[in-house]
Amino acid sequence: MLVVKDLHAQVEDKEILRGLSLEVGPGEVHAIMGPNGSGKSTLGHILAGHPAYEVTGGSVQFDGKDLLDLETDERAHAGIFLAFQYPVEIPGVSNMEFLKAAVDSVREQREEPPIDSVTFMKRAREACKHASLPVEFLKRGVNEGFSGGEKKRNELIQMILLEPRLCVLDETDSGLDIDALQVVANGVNSMRGEERSFVLVTHYQRLLNYIEPDYVHVLAGGRIVRSGGKELALRLEDEGYAWLEDEVA
Amino acid sequence: MGAFLEQPIAAASARAPNWLQAQQSSALAAWQQATWPSRHTEAWKYTSLKPLRDDYLFADEEAAAGSGVEYERFRELAKPVAGTCSLVFIDGVFCADLSSNELPDAIALCRFGEASEEQSTRIQQYLNSALSQDEHLFAALNTATLRDGVFIDIPNDYRGDAVIEVISIAGAQTKPVVSNQRLLVLAGAGSQATVVERFLSAGDPSASFATGVSELLLSENACLKHFRIHEESGSAIHIGGVHTRLARDARLESFHLALGSELKRLDLVVHHDAPGAHAGITGIYLPRGREHIDYHTTIEHAVPHCTTDEVFRGIIGDNATAVFNGRIHIHQDAQKTLAELSNRNLLPSNHAQINTKPELEIYADDVRCAHGATVAQLDQAALHYLQARGVARREAEMMLSFGFINELIDNVELDTFREQLRTLVTERYFQPAKQTQ
Repeated sequence: MLVVKDLHAQVEDKEILRGLSLEVGPGEVHAIMGPNGSGKSTLGHILAGHPAYEVTGGSVQFDGKDLLDLETDERAHAGIFLAFQYPVEIPGVSNMEFLKAAVDSVREQREEPPIDSVTFMKRAREACKHASLPVEFLKRGVNEGFSGGEKKRNELIQMILLEPRLCVLDETDSGLDIDALQVVANGVNSMRGEERSFVLVTHYQRLLNYIEPDYVHVLAGGRIVRSGGKELALRLEDEGYAWLEDEVA
Repeated sequence: MGAFLEQPIAAASARAPNWLQAQQSSALAAWQQATWPSRHTEAWKYTSLKPLRDDYLFADEEAAAGSGVEYERFRELAKPVAGTCSLVFIDGVFCADLSSNELPDAIALCRFGEASEEQSTRIQQYLNSALSQDEHLFAALNTATLRDGVFIDIPNDYRGDAVIEVISIAGAQTKPVVSNQRLLVLAGAGSQATVVERFLSAGDPSASFATGVSELLLSENACLKHFRIHEESGSAIHIGGVHTRLARDARLESFHLALGSELKRLDLVVHHDAPGAHAGITGIYLPRGREHIDYHTTIEHAVPHCTTDEVFRGIIGDNATAVFNGRIHIHQDAQKTLAELSNRNLLPSNHAQINTKPELEIYADDVRCAHGATVAQLDQAALHYLQARGVARREAEMMLSFGFINELIDNVELDTFREQLRTLVTERYFQPAKQTQ
């Protein structure tokens, strides 16, 4: 589904990714861990097409198509969803209008019939329930004045409604208390399926107690230095990243 | 003042009620003694009067009387959006047919032309009491050429939910016309009321020039919600203003919206005359193409313990220009004043221009005052966020611009009108098909 080959990327002339390669098949859950500054978030931003990140080498294929050729919105249409580490507040635009606009445009591009407002409202309410966010939040400005946890739940609502094929969660667990973490994990688990894949970028093994990954990768110095099963995450939790850095060096 | 409006000025005194003539002559004197503003006049530095023609005429009263089929085409346009009661003027001439006659019982409402003796005495007493004609040249012109006006006399302790709407439609005739709207509101002690002023242009307007001058006089503890919505477009020029006096504990909430036309200049003045008064002023301006909108606001804090909360936002598109001059003057005796002024501007185009100047003049030492003005482009992070959810860039830009304005509309307390304002702004400004720039 997703094939990243020898990816090099920089932001403001600072090289961050130095030859990252990763393959994600349909239905798989990959966890990407690594120390601060290793390039974890950069990977998510590049997949979503953030304008500040410049790809200087390598390739990213999604369903056999060159992803880097697509605009940000076209990537969303193709089925890529990035749950932001820091979701943006947009005062004055109601959450409901925003969700409807997003779903409408994604469906239009996927040549699916538009959803009428009543059905959409129903779905949005259900998504709120899944994310344990009161429906009143749909009327508020997008993320406006939401707490950290509420913002992450709002990301989950968007993910549920947009029905993406590849979900990249960028440190969605950071700053969440246990309850919120469980809500997000339950949401992800309920969305898992044969055709939908996940890339979980995280600092902490804790998230992986709730979402069991098929693969764990360690990112250091801009590339993946070690891949394994979930036991790798446990070892990292016990021993930190130092042993890996030693090995790589 | 040269040949400008020579004919209407000469014809004016014949049209106005007799009891107005004394005021008219002194206003005419003020107008004639004044010098024509140029770029060297500070208050007109960024607003050129060049688009004004000098051959505007008064509209024919006969044609505008409202009986002819011709004016039927404005019926839809002249529908009150929030009001339960409306007075409609077409090119300055009252149109009974299009006005609604469900006048609220308790509120004494009349046109200058039909005022009783008692009413005319009150109008004479209060007209021009909130404005300085020497400073506001075009307000003097308005008085000098006045032929009608609206007087709203809200009795003490009135607490109805009536919304009175005064609708002025400009440019309905084929010749260039001048019209003068005048509104005088006396809000009695302890009263609560809502007044909406709307300025529209006829479908395909010929050149028109309007001076809309309103005076709002709030007595003790009165609470007035006021809306002034300028929807004129094209060559419908408007130079006018709202002049307000607030008595003890009076509370004014004044909402302004201006969509663009060739030249629009509005002066908003608030006098805090007694302690405890509050003025909340919200404004939105949306010029584009080659339009020009200029808001000059002046808040006079002459006495202690008054508050002002002023927020203006604008989006200036294409080659449009806008001016915002926000002056807050805190006199020496005005201790414990709380005043805030914020002006934020979005410039989506490289050719658009905004001249913004917050002006605080403070002579009292125990006050809290804040002001800020910003000029910016759309937030790139927010744009990316919307795009990452599949929203196309163009639509994302529009959503963000709308959000910027909608934040202020969201604060409108009048439920029905809030929706109407949103629809108006969406249809006139944020319609995708019309965004050809």
